[in-house]
Amino acid sequence: MFDTETTAALERIRARYPVPKAALVPVLHVVQARLGWLPPEAREWVARFLSITPMEVHEVVTFYPMLLDRPVGRHVIHVCRTLSCDACGGRELWQHLVRRLGVTRGGTTQDGRFTLLSAECLASCGTAPAMLLDGERHENLDAAGVDKLLEAAR
Amino acid sequence: MIRETRVLSARFGKPQAWTLASYRADGGYATALALLKTRKPEELVAEVKASGLKGRGGAGFSTGTKWSFIPKGTGKPVYLCVNGDESEPGTFKDRQILELDPHQLVEGVILTCYAIGAHTAYLYLRCEFALGLRRLQGAVDEAYAAGLLGKSLGGTGFDLEVTLHPGAGAYICGEETSLLNSLEGLRPYPRNKPPFPAVEGLFGCPTIINNVETIANIPHILGRGAAWYAGLGNKEDPGVRLWCVSGHVQRRGVWEIETGFALQELIDSPEFCGGVRGGRRLKAVIPGGSSSRVLTADEVRVTTMDVPGMKRVDSSLGSAGIIVLDETADMPDVTLNLMKFYAHESCGQCTPCREGTPWVVKVLDRIVNGRGRAADMDLLLDIADNMEGRTVCALADGACWPLVSIVQKFRHEFEAKVRAAPHAAPAGVA
Repeated sequence: MFDTETTAALERIRARYPVPKAALVPVLHVVQARLGWLPPEAREWVARFLSITPMEVHEVVTFYPMLLDRPVGRHVIHVCRTLSCDACGGRELWQHLVRRLGVTRGGTTQDGRFTLLSAECLASCGTAPAMLLDGERHENLDAAGVDKLLEAAR
Repeated sequence: MIRETRVLSARFGKPQAWTLASYRADGGYATALALLKTRKPEELVAEVKASGLKGRGGAGFSTGTKWSFIPKGTGKPVYLCVNGDESEPGTFKDRQILELDPHQLVEGVILTCYAIGAHTAYLYLRCEFALGLRRLQGAVDEAYAAGLLGKSLGGTGFDLEVTLHPGAGAYICGEETSLLNSLEGLRPYPRNKPPFPAVEGLFGCPTIINNVETIANIPHILGRGAAWYAGLGNKEDPGVRLWCVSGHVQRRGVWEIETGFALQELIDSPEFCGGVRGGRRLKAVIPGGSSSRVLTADEVRVTTMDVPGMKRVDSSLGSAGIIVLDETADMPDVTLNLMKFYAHESCGQCTPCREGTPWVVKVLDRIVNGRGRAADMDLLLDIADNMEGRTVCALADGACWPLVSIVQKFRHEFEAKVRAAPHAAPAGVA
């Protein structure tokens, strides 16, 4: 399913644990980074790779918000909606993104470029409001700052 | 007079402070290498116990005492898990250590593993910490390359394997037994205690789980001695902590201060927060992360930041996440925001929490949106009463403490919304 380099990296991760199943979340992160999300055939491959059942993979994938069990756009945005951000411009940041992208929570823009998601506290309370763009954190954001980020993400 | 005591943060902001070269130039790893050769593990446990260090993740249990619970002679491996799942709303201190000075954490891991007899450590970090993961992985890789991790680290004869483990965005994984299940690749439901992790933890083996800030303190405490640490701050709750301030202040940030200072002074001092933003009046402060009971402005005036001080106002220091709210804060709306967090993060294992947290959100939502009923405040307190203390872990308690304290202390704001409600909802929770 993956090139030799990725497979070797996954094998190194698996070897760090006394039981293969413990490598599940780290392995899923690598797979998701390659594929953008975790399609069913990838989850089945992971189950075989770790000698566990597909259901054991499923019950973990469906628990965690950062593991994506649906296809997403080329870029994924997670906006913090928790109190410290909400009190310092997070609400306005969210509304700006909803307007600008024309989607609501969980939606993907028609051109397939962005998926808009919310997140709970990102530990950026002192530099609120904050969001992740493709997993990288951006802080002290205003509308102009967000627009610049969106334009740079093709 | 409030002032900083920079221990963990002493090297924050130095160029390349996260590299091995910089850390070693400042004397880094000298403590670990010396003590592993000259001191017995049980001496280190006793030293940490004597320092009075309490866990910095929120629960505040004595670190040395926790370590002493590891049973002897079980024949099983012992594990150390470092809890870097930092997700308590208002808390952003561990990420400073991970991003700005990760080698002190690695040195703390070495010393802790030696003290508790562990040869394997897992460093569990929330995956949203992309930079923290890179910096800590870099530090671990550098330490391995320099022979400071692995077989006979630093020529001490002590073997240690360290592995970073990313989480996947769940607050519950900061709860220590949930973290263990997460690490094992299970759906991360918290476990019943007993057995406690020190006896039966990761993979059924004796395990210590400590917060990032707790572990980062270890090289400093063992380097300078328990007496030095025990002499910092308040005598009953000694030490120095990284305090995070967010919300409606002129200047937000993380400051390292000894326990025992006056909360009002931190907010007002021009050296620190510089007062409430825009010269507005203070309304409320959440003192220890969102799971602590809220303080009114009157309570803030008399509050010292230490365990005895928090006992006097019936709150807690938790994870030292201080959220300041000014007079413009709409307390029912603040409560709704917080309760949405808990409803989203409830793992769903226990019925009172799985059902209770969304019920609370529904009731708050109708109060905030002009559909509240006169009985709703008592209904909220009743739901809370049916959640608190009735679940496997403390997430439901952590939801109830802010909820109940805000409804009790700011009830007039809820009542005003209900009185003004144009369309009261029909009877029933939904």
